[in-house]
Amino acid sequence: MINFATNAQRKSGENVSETDIVLAENLTKEYNGKKAVKGIDFRIRARECFGFLGPNGAGKTTTVNMISCFSPVTAGRLTVLGMDVQKHPREIKSRLGVVPQDNNLDPDLQVLQNLLVYASYFRIPPPLARERAVELLDFFDLSDRAREKVDRLSGGMKRRLTIARALINNPDLVILDEPTTGLDPQARHLVWQRLRRLKERGVTLLLTTHYLEEAGQLCDRLVIMDRGEILEEGEPGALVTKHIGREVVEAVPAGGNPSDGRERTGGPEARSASTPDRSGTADGRAEGGPEGEGKDALLARVGHLLRGHLTVGDNLFLFPRESGQELLRALQTLPVPFSHLLLRPATLEDVFLKLTGRGLNT
Amino acid sequence: MKRIDISPLVLQVLRRHLIIFSRNWKVNITFNFFEPLLYIAALGLGLGAYVQPMEGLPYLNYLAPGLVASSAMFATSYECTYGTFVRMEFQKTFQAMVATPVSMDDVITAEMLYGAFKSVLYGSVILLVILALGLVSSPWALLVPPVLAVAGLLFAELSMLWTGLVPNIDNFNYFFSLIMTPLFLFSGIFFPLSGLPRLVRDVAWFSPLYHVVNLVRGLVLGRVGPGLGWDFVWLLALTVLLFPPPIHLMRRLVIK
Repeated sequence: MINFATNAQRKSGENVSETDIVLAENLTKEYNGKKAVKGIDFRIRARECFGFLGPNGAGKTTTVNMISCFSPVTAGRLTVLGMDVQKHPREIKSRLGVVPQDNNLDPDLQVLQNLLVYASYFRIPPPLARERAVELLDFFDLSDRAREKVDRLSGGMKRRLTIARALINNPDLVILDEPTTGLDPQARHLVWQRLRRLKERGVTLLLTTHYLEEAGQLCDRLVIMDRGEILEEGEPGALVTKHIGREVVEAVPAGGNPSDGRERTGGPEARSASTPDRSGTADGRAEGGPEGEGKDALLARVGHLLRGHLTVGDNLFLFPRESGQELLRALQTLPVPFSHLLLRPATLEDVFLKLTGRGLNT
Repeated sequence: MKRIDISPLVLQVLRRHLIIFSRNWKVNITFNFFEPLLYIAALGLGLGAYVQPMEGLPYLNYLAPGLVASSAMFATSYECTYGTFVRMEFQKTFQAMVATPVSMDDVITAEMLYGAFKSVLYGSVILLVILALGLVSSPWALLVPPVLAVAGLLFAELSMLWTGLVPNIDNFNYFFSLIMTPLFLFSGIFFPLSGLPRLVRDVAWFSPLYHVVNLVRGLVLGRVGPGLGWDFVWLLALTVLLFPPPIHLMRRLVIK
């Protein structure tokens, strides 16, 4: 059994300031005069899983690079484990575990050696390093690969080994930059499972992701980042409730596409949550009127049932005030055909869309 | 410019390189072995049969010590251009290391020390070969490895300077054809510079390899005098002087 009690926990009570594992104030990063991170503030508390959610180029990696003392801070204050990143990089780094976006395992070394050599950079005595390395390989289901070359591992195994490597020094904070990007769903779930177990053992986690499911499954709190700024901060569920509500109805009014044999498919099936339905109530009006006008008319008719809405391309996201079912029924009785009508639970992606007007994976 | 921050962790990084080297040293050594032996055979024995004695020596005896110096130089230069670049750019080894208490300056210093290690090793191997061929005539030759250590560090710095200035794998060809090959040809390995025009001799004085060749040949042949002392001082001074610039250049490449 691995002792995952971190230094921060062992010292808890002695040093109150360390309840803030990371504290950023007006944190700014410029590359060649262009601002990648624009004066953001956040704090990460001990034992929580904190997420940076945002699309590529939002500034997530830049931010974690500053926290892991890799990139110098341009302006603002950044304290990690109670120390200034500019003044004590070595001390801070000795207590961090870093999982970079691209696996940078040592391809010239075998699996176990990767951990042992990495341990030597932390001045961990070899017998202790070996003990921990063996335990970590076991924890990440890699024991039977100990003597294998790193190139022979699958993507998921490499990822697990990279995470194992980050834990070799019993870190107080583990930083994971896009931990499951590029993994197949099964490998991804395996990584999530291990990260949840780390969390249960009280390891503070910081992760960046553009997968909503990942953020939703793992993060206690998160910030939504876009274009170098923090747009929102909070618990995933609370953010969804605050901005969207419980449910979303997606509706696409049918455009002019007469040849696809529109059928009446109203009734209960239209509510099924996964199939995009074609549900029309008035065949004759399918091609009638400009699209925008149709949307406005539609919104006017069901507006009393909505707490908000969002238009993305020709997709209409409707946020029901009370019940999604009620809104769906109301839409189905309208004399407007829909090429897509779907009632589903609200997610962080809706929050992101509402805040930025753009999707996460675009 | 941030001041240089080096710690004893340099040795842990160096240890990593040596672990990998210990795995494939046989292949490495054989390669580096082969080229100097070809020169000894083709030029020393083949061409040497037609060449007048140089500085009072049979051509083979004149040539051999110079090849100790050039083997050292080439081994280090390959390591600190191609080797360093692959670790930095393709394997992202540096990024992994600096996520630990290791600093970027530790990483680059270890790269240069590893380069110097190769000079000592490959130069010494060729020294043993020419010893076996009966071409070493003085116990002063025992001082060749320490000379190669200083020379190796200097070659490492020069190569790293190029890697830091022109970090592109295609441009390393230029380094070898524009810098290393002229050094190899005009540093007194194949012929004494005394026969060349004054200008060429003055330029050659700036070649680090020229001073290394002087030192190695003097020690191997037991022709030791104050001139050798000055060659060593020249090497040492330049080695100290050129230590910081590659660190600053390389740091800039990785840390953004």
